[in-house]
Amino acid sequence: MAALVLETCDDIGAALRMRLAGFVRSLRDSGFKVGLAETNDALALLRSTLSSRPHELKGAFRALFCGRRSDWQAFDEIFDAYWFAKGLKGAIKSVGDSPKKGVKTIRELADASVQTTDGPAGDVERTAGEEEDEDSEAETDAKREGASIADNLGQTDFRKIHDPEAMERAHRLAERLAHSMRVRLTRRDRQKRKGPRLDLRRTIRHSISHGGTPIELIRKGPRERQLRLVVLLDASGSMNNYTGVFTRFVHGILDNFREAEAFLFHTRLVHVSSALSERDAARALDRMGLMAQGVGGGTKIGEAIAEFNRWHAARVIHSRTCVMILSDGYDTGDPQQLGAEMAALRRRCRRIVWLNPLIGWQGYEPTAGGMSAALPHVDLFAPAHNLDSLAALEPYLAKL
Amino acid sequence: MTTTKQQLATALAETGYVADEGLATALVLTEMLKRPLLLEGEAGVGKTEVAKALAKLENTDLIRLQCYEGLDRSDAIYEWNYQRQLLAIKAHEGSGETADAIEEAVFSEKYLLERPLLAAIRQDTAPVLLIDEIDRADEEFEAFLLEILSDYQVSIPELGTVGAKSIPRVVLTSNGTRELSDALRRRCLYHYVDYPAPDREARILLSRVEGLDAKLALQIAELIGNLRKEDLAKVPGVAETIDWASALIGLGGRNNLHDQRELVFETLACVLKTREDQARVTRDVTDRLLGKVA
Repeated sequence: MAALVLETCDDIGAALRMRLAGFVRSLRDSGFKVGLAETNDALALLRSTLSSRPHELKGAFRALFCGRRSDWQAFDEIFDAYWFAKGLKGAIKSVGDSPKKGVKTIRELADASVQTTDGPAGDVERTAGEEEDEDSEAETDAKREGASIADNLGQTDFRKIHDPEAMERAHRLAERLAHSMRVRLTRRDRQKRKGPRLDLRRTIRHSISHGGTPIELIRKGPRERQLRLVVLLDASGSMNNYTGVFTRFVHGILDNFREAEAFLFHTRLVHVSSALSERDAARALDRMGLMAQGVGGGTKIGEAIAEFNRWHAARVIHSRTCVMILSDGYDTGDPQQLGAEMAALRRRCRRIVWLNPLIGWQGYEPTAGGMSAALPHVDLFAPAHNLDSLAALEPYLAKL
Repeated sequence: MTTTKQQLATALAETGYVADEGLATALVLTEMLKRPLLLEGEAGVGKTEVAKALAKLENTDLIRLQCYEGLDRSDAIYEWNYQRQLLAIKAHEGSGETADAIEEAVFSEKYLLERPLLAAIRQDTAPVLLIDEIDRADEEFEAFLLEILSDYQVSIPELGTVGAKSIPRVVLTSNGTRELSDALRRRCLYHYVDYPAPDREARILLSRVEGLDAKLALQIAELIGNLRKEDLAKVPGVAETIDWASALIGLGGRNNLHDQRELVFETLACVLKTREDQARVTRDVTDRLLGKVA
């Protein structure tokens, strides 16, 4: 192909520049990640002869501004709306807004009448950060940390915590527990890097000082990739008493954890990782609440997992993935579908952990239709009704 | 612009790749803006073929870097030839040369093994660099690729910086198994490659399968198009369509698909790659799919 030459008109008018800037702004409003470099390139395109053929310009802008499939799908509508003023059918969404009035957030729902006074989340994070520098002796202690600080709070069923202060402490502990778990799970990986393969590059490098004789053999192991956690959190009405603590726990796991994704389900499935990547716990929970409107209805676990399998599994699951489902297993959907979808999910990931707050109750048997259909495909079926039970999970996760 | 997308699409078609309009535009832009092109889409929609066709069209080399988990610099950029270096060090022993001189000799161009990325920027004529399945590589590698793609230079501690002789045209592909970083996405032009529309798939079939007439090609493409809408675990790609068309032709099927239902049912099984899918597409389903075909 012959080299392409930009035939430039002298300069494009200021009006056109403004229009372009406006277009870039509306793209950003719709969640496109557009930087200055793209805008400059777009200007160059406008200056070229392309601008006389608006249809081609659309294709060119699409290639330039889109970064992912969702952008790709939304682009045409935004382009037409802006340049041809065709009207936008709700394509523009605001991202990262504070909760609107009148919308119930998860936090409000979970706490019901309890008014939480969310302290600065920074406190919690700083504590976890310091642990990173401690030596391994602290590791064994830290495992019980949740319980020792909490005294009897660790063993209290989340249902029975009504005192707002105790509730807040439980929230913070859940988050802190998740933080310390995350820190230690990552550190274990790093220490395991002694492997069978010889690192020739380094060995040769070292041998130069011995006149070329490779005295010191340097080895390298397989690159360890961290365990990836995918959390599916049940936010239905029956889980009301637990959702608050669980979301804090999930937030603690996800915050800064590079390989983790979270989904929330009730009658449908919502991807909430982006909301939970917010450092500030309170804001994260608010954003999550917004994303989960309609929370509190019946649960269709089977359908939620089917949707997960179909649309998200290929992207978020790899061979070292542990899927953690936090649910009481009360399913208003078809148990058979749940069983089939759990089997499909099982084939994809390394482990499925099902945390059920009801196991902690005396005399509980997983006989509900949904739960018994799902059970054969679950690797670990564990209680999650108090902080101690969450802490007890850690050794299991570390083995992945 | 001296090359319009129509010209490019025509030229690509001559190499055997039937491009849609959006892709032709994106390809023209990569040349114009000197940006890499990121192609995303399901497996089997022909992403890798784009790079091959482009190389054929430009009459240059195609340099391919297949990404995988654990891919690192030494597999992607350069490596020293350790065996030869060891031998050279032994050979220099006793020659009275200083350690510095030996080191200089051992870390020279002679002992350098080029890997795809270094090779791509050291060609005299700009090659097409295909970085295949970038989503399989680790995030660290992706970050470091970003640096190479922006500066087109590689620094080798022992030799210094190696600049580009020519800037390759870069095509990255991704199946979307991992979310790519925004930094990489922003660096690239983006094109989402979808399964071809029946009309385009028919034209692909005509260019690839011998002994196929236009009507049959269109029927095959339509049937596959409808099959893709079924709830399958492994949706057939373009390569499967080509295989199926070849199988059909090979077994003597040259007529209207409606006249050879039995053959269609039997051969269609070679497109379905999992047990569940084979069980799902029964005779009834095949007949229903055939019913939708003109």
